[in-house]
This record gives sequence, structure tokens and C-alpha cells, in this order.
Amino acid sequence: MDVAIVGIGIHPFGRTPSRSGLQQGAFAARLALQDARVEWKDIQFAFGGSASSGSADALVNELGLTGLPFINVANGCATGGSSLISAYNAIKSGEYDLGLVAGFDKHDRGAFNADPKELGLGEWYGEVGMMLTTQFFAMKIQKYMNDYNISENTLSKVAEKSFINGSKNPNAWRTEPIGVEQIASSMMVNNPLTKFMFCSPSEGGVALILSSADKAHRYTDTPVYLKGATMKSRRFGSFEVFAPSQALEQVDGPTADASKAAFEMAGVGPKDIDVMQLQDTEVGAEIMHMAENGFCEHGEQETLIQAGETHIEGSMPINTDGGCIANGEPIGASGLRQVYENVLQLRGQAGEHQVPNDPKLAYTHVYGAPGISAVTILQR
Amino acid sequence: MSNQVPIAEGLFTWPSKNPALLCSRCQDCGIATFPAAESCSACSGQNVVVEELPGRGTLWTWTVQQFMPKTPYKSGETPETFKPYGVGYVELPGGVRVEGRLTENNPAKLSIGMDMEVVFEPYRTEENGDEVISFFFRPAA
Ligand SMILES: [Zn+2]
Repeated sequence: MDVAIVGIGIHPFGRTPSRSGLQQGAFAARLALQDARVEWKDIQFAFGGSASSGSADALVNELGLTGLPFINVANGCATGGSSLISAYNAIKSGEYDLGLVAGFDKHDRGAFNADPKELGLGEWYGEVGMMLTTQFFAMKIQKYMNDYNISENTLSKVAEKSFINGSKNPNAWRTEPIGVEQIASSMMVNNPLTKFMFCSPSEGGVALILSSADKAHRYTDTPVYLKGATMKSRRFGSFEVFAPSQALEQVDGPTADASKAAFEMAGVGPKDIDVMQLQDTEVGAEIMHMAENGFCEHGEQETLIQAGETHIEGSMPINTDGGCIANGEPIGASGLRQVYENVLQLRGQAGEHQVPNDPKLAYTHVYGAPGISAVTILQR
Repeated sequence: MSNQVPIAEGLFTWPSKNPALLCSRCQDCGIATFPAAESCSACSGQNVVVEELPGRGTLWTWTVQQFMPKTPYKSGETPETFKPYGVGYVELPGGVRVEGRLTENNPAKLSIGMDMEVVFEPYRTEENGDEVISFFFRPAA
């Protein structure tokens, strides 16, 4: 049984002092229900996640107590992707044919505060100042720039594109374009990455309605099919966040593993993809994830980005809604935002950030601590 | 003289005339893990033995932490006294790549591939006067 996305809803990302994280989730869920022309009582099951706004299943208090099974998902930055895969499998199994996936969050300002004990690490690791995701991304791109000749200017170009795309997206947080010089000269956070090259914790909510493919036309004229949905954790030897040591022999990380599995599942290849949303916790992540997901060779990013190929009008449009850099990262909602954007793109409803030429296949990728990745391939 | 205590038990030999970082070495597949663990994450085996890691290696990658982290960071510094610090992975030949703070925080003096050596130095002073000792990597002469 194939699975289709038949309804989508979003609460604008950024800062909304008047609404709790949970209320932003409910806002998105109501829009998704409307979009699919169904009522909450029609929904047979739900999966959802929130990292710092309480339990996702508290949404039933807002939406109505119908008795449905609502399962909470917690997988760091891959929470949304994991919820979606869980819902996908629930429908694919034949057990259900209409479900909701929701993610929302509302984080304090500033870098995320991670607790070493939760990840099985000694307290010393945090005490000496190594419990920071930003350091990992900086060290990974530092090594990558050294190995594959990526320039500092290319780092800034990625952020410049994110802010351009954000300025075209009414639901984005950062809606003002920021130039390359201002990005490069903003405060250094972790060399070589400056403040404007990172995403920040923010707020927002996204919800999706999924149905079995054979019933999709009851709910929408424009179903979008989930052709691939995979999730992987790290194997021994990959270079990951929050690792006090790593093996001398390096292997592919969970991104490459999840990507290969998703392409195999969908029966398509990287060249077939028309628009892609890749985890951009910071600019280096977007650059490295281009190659890890199979869209180019390692090192080719320098030429591609300098030529503007990753812009909306380019040959491989990436993070067309501004990505995490322009939207911030409400952990529970972030991965689902990518799917929301791809559904808009495939329906031709993305407005100013619509990619040209009738896209047919779209790709999402998330990566999170302590080394997990989820990928989806959508087709209209 | 003040009492010196290691920042965590089992990370390195202490007290010792020649302190060294400690890893666990899998007796089945040969993989080393730092800090020492009770099982091998390469082969899932539990046949591991604690051994000393070499004290010298090369810088595999690095960054500089430019802002003062929030808790659990615990260095005794205040926002006024905070000094940016280097962090890197040092490849210890035959062992493993270990992540550690660097004694150098000037980006111009750090480069991938440079020789590094491990040193054990006071990191902070506890309220009772104990000096907490941690490990650092320093550019090797
Ligand atoms: Zn082993």
C-alpha cells in the first residue's frame, strides 16, 4: 500500500510570544485538517514530537478527546522525520488509512544546552566545554575544506542564498536578505563559522495528514506520494557529534546510509530529484550534505555554489524555503517543515519561492545528534 | 601545596610520574575506544582491556570556541574572564582520535596535520582548594 500526503499545515516559524509551542502545533494541525477536508474525529492515529514544549500527545487537549492512539516521538533533530516514517509504516502495514503527523517547539534563545549524561557521556565532557553541537559542525567543515578545497567565500554564499529564499517565504523567521560581506564579518562563533552561518533555536509548528494512496483522492486533488522514507543511526567509524573519540578508519555516516536506502526504495537516483531540502544546521552542513546525499561529488560544491546552481532557479535548488538558517530550528517541527515545503513545491503552490519547470520529485534530509539521519523522497 | 584531583576517574593515569590517557582495547577486533568502555562499539564484544594511549599524535581537525558555553561548562571563569579555547581531534597512532581542548587558541597557529602532544594541567580550582586536573593537547616542538 502506497502512502500519500493529503493535507499540510504550518504555523509561521520565528518568535510568537502570544502562543505556546503546543498552540502552534494545534494551529498547524487545524490547517492540515482543513487542507485535507477532514475533521479531527476522522483521524485514526497520530505520531508527533516536541523537544521542549511538552508532550506532543497533549495536542489532544487542544484538538479534542477522540480516543485515538497518539505516540510521542523523540529523536533530536530527526524527530519530525522519525514521526513521519512511523506514520508511513502504520499506513503501509494496512492497519490504518488516515493519520496525522505533528511537530512543534518553542526554544529559548541561544545555543542548545545538552546534558552529557543523557547521551551516556561523563560529566567531564561538558565541564571542559565540548558539549556543543556547533563545535562538531565547525570541526567537520574545517576538515572538509582542507580535504576538498572549499573556500570561506563559499560558506558565506550558502547563507546568502538561505536569506534570499527566506525573504521570499512568508512563513520564514529571517525575511531580510543579508549580503556575503556582512555574513563573513559577523561574530566568529566556532572557526571557520560565523554567527550568520548558523541556524538558531526558534519556534514553530507543522502538521501533515497521511492517507493510504488508494483513498488519497477523497481528500485532495493533488496527493503527494511518499516513495521513500528511511532512517539510520551511525555505524562504527563515522564522524559524529558528541564523540569523545572516533575510530582511525572512517566510514560513511548515517546521512549517506539513509540516502542510499531511500533512493533504492523509491527506485530513482539523485539526478532525478528536482528540489531538495537538506539539513543546514549551519552552512557547512548544507555543503557536506550535498555530497553525502549523492547530489554531487565531494569537492564539486565549490563550483556548483559559486555558479548559483543551488538557488531556486539553479539546476539543484536546495532549501528553497530558507532552510534552518532562515527559519531557525524548532526541533520537533524542523524536519516536517522540509516536507511541508516539498509538498508546496510539488503542488506548484510555493509562490515566490516556487522552483520552475513543474517539479515532480522532491527530497528531504535531516541529521541530528548523536548521529542519526532521516530521508524522504516525495513524488506528485 | 594544594591537592590535585583528576577531572574524572579512569580518563588518564593519575597520580603518575608519566601520566597517559587510557583507552579500552578490544581483544577480539583490536579497536581502541576513549574513554575506556566496558564493551567494544565496533564488534559488540566485551573482551576489552584498559591500556595507555600514546602521548603524541597529529591534529586531525580543530576549531576555536569563541563564546563562553552555558552549563554544563564548568571552568571557574566568568563572562569577564572567559578566554576562547581551541578544541580538536588528535590522531594518536595505533590508538584512536581523541577529542580534547587545545592549549592554543590562535587560529593562525593551528593547522591540520601539525604535531601535538598530550599534557595534564590544572583546569579549575574547587571551593575546597583542590586543583582539578584535565588533559589538553599542545603543539609539539
Ligand atoms: Zn571489538
